[in-house]
Amino acid sequence: MLAGGTDLMVEVNHGRRHLVDVVTLDQIPELSHWERNGDVFRLGSGLTYTALAGPLLADFLPGLAQAARTVGSPQIRNSGTLGGNLATASPAGDTIPVLAALDAVVELRSADGHREVPVTDFITGVKHNDLRPGELIEAIRVPVADGPQEFLKVGTRNAMVISVVSLAMVVDLSAHQVRVGLGAVSPVPERATEAEAFINGLIDWDGQVLPEAATVDRFADLVVTAASPIDDHRGSAAYRRHALGVLARRALIRCFGEENR
Amino acid sequence: MTVDPYVLHINGADHPVVDGRIDESLLWVLRERLELPGSKNACEEGECGSCTVRLDDEIVCSCLVLAASAAGRRITTIEGLAAEGELADVQQAFIDAGAVQCGFCTPGLLVAIDRLLDDHPDPEELTVQEAISGNLCRCTGYGRILAAVQLAAAARRGSETQAVVR
Repeated sequence: MLAGGTDLMVEVNHGRRHLVDVVTLDQIPELSHWERNGDVFRLGSGLTYTALAGPLLADFLPGLAQAARTVGSPQIRNSGTLGGNLATASPAGDTIPVLAALDAVVELRSADGHREVPVTDFITGVKHNDLRPGELIEAIRVPVADGPQEFLKVGTRNAMVISVVSLAMVVDLSAHQVRVGLGAVSPVPERATEAEAFINGLIDWDGQVLPEAATVDRFADLVVTAASPIDDHRGSAAYRRHALGVLARRALIRCFGEENR
Repeated sequence: MTVDPYVLHINGADHPVVDGRIDESLLWVLRERLELPGSKNACEEGECGSCTVRLDDEIVCSCLVLAASAAGRRITTIEGLAAEGELADVQQAFIDAGAVQCGFCTPGLLVAIDRLLDDHPDPEELTVQEAISGNLCRCTGYGRILAAVQLAAAARRGSETQAVVR
C-alpha cells in the first residue's frame, strides 16, 4: 500500500526495500475526503499535510494544522498523508501526539470488514502498528473539542526537521479537560494522564484562568514523568525531558492566554 | 519486477515507458529512460528538493513518486518551463540576479518558485523563504536567490525592478 511515498520510496531508493505488488492510494478521492458529522470529524487517510494545514481544516483542528505545517517542506507536505504518518508509526510522527490528544480513532477496512482502534492502541511499537495483512487505514475519526489547541515541536531548524521532542495540547472547555499528547519521547504514543487529571481539577474553568505558577510547574513536571525518552543522535534523554517540561508549560500558558496565568 | 507499459504525460507530451521496473522513481525514469535530465538527483530521500517537479498543480519531490503511479497525471519538469526555447521569467531572473553558482539546485528552485508565483504575484520574503524551504542550496547563501524571486515576480506582474541583494 503506497500513500504519499515520502517514507516508503526512501527505503526503495536506498535499496532497503524491494517492491513486488503495489497498490497506490493517492488517486482515490474518497480517501482525501473529510466531513463533519455532528460532534465528530472524519478525516480521510489520504489527506495530505498541505490539506490538513489549509484554512478549512485549520479552523476546526488547529493543533493538527500546526503539526502538519511543521512536517518536511512544501514538496513533502504535498505528498505525505495522515494515514501514511500512522502507517509508518515513527515515534517522531508529528500528527500522532495531536491525534492522541484529540482521542482519535483509526478506521480500518479490509475485504473482511471494518474495525476501529483508538490511535494510542493502533501504534504498538517503534514503526509497528496494528495493521493486519490486506487492511487499509481508511479514515481517522476525531471528536470535536471546543477550545484552544497547541502543537509545539523542538528541532534544529524550522523546516525539514524531524522532531526531537513534540507536545500537543487540546483544551475541551465544555468537558473541562486539558489533554496532552507526547511526541518523540516514547516508543508508542503516550498521553500525560496524571498531569491532565492534576491540572483539570485546578483550573478555574468558568473564568478560564490557570492556577499559580508553582502549580503550572508541577503540571509540567508530571508531563515529563509520562515520557520515556532515549539518547540518540538527535538528542539526549535528559535534554528531551527538560524540553518537554518547557513545552508543557508553554502550551498551557498559550492555550489559556498570558494574562490568565 | 517489470511493469506493464505505461504512459507519462510530461510537459504537454505523452512519453511511453516500456520495460520499466516497479520500483523506479519518477526522477529515475525522467533522467534515465526519457532523456529529461534537468531534474537533478542528489539525496533520493526528499531532503534536498533538487528533483522538484509539478505533479498536476503541486510541487513534489520526483524521487519520492513511484513512476508508474504518475500515469494519468500532468507532470511539469524544468524542461517544460522554457517550452518554446525561450527562457522563462524565473530563469531570466536567476541569470540577471546572479542566483546560480554550481547550478545543481537551480532546476528544483525554478520549479518551486514558478509555482509560488502562481499564488503569490508579489510575495513577502517570509512567504518566499517558506516556499523554498525544501530546496537546499549550498553555494549562494540564498541572498541572490531571494533577489531573483523578486525580479521574476516583478517581471510577471509587468513592472520594472532591480535586483536587491541583502
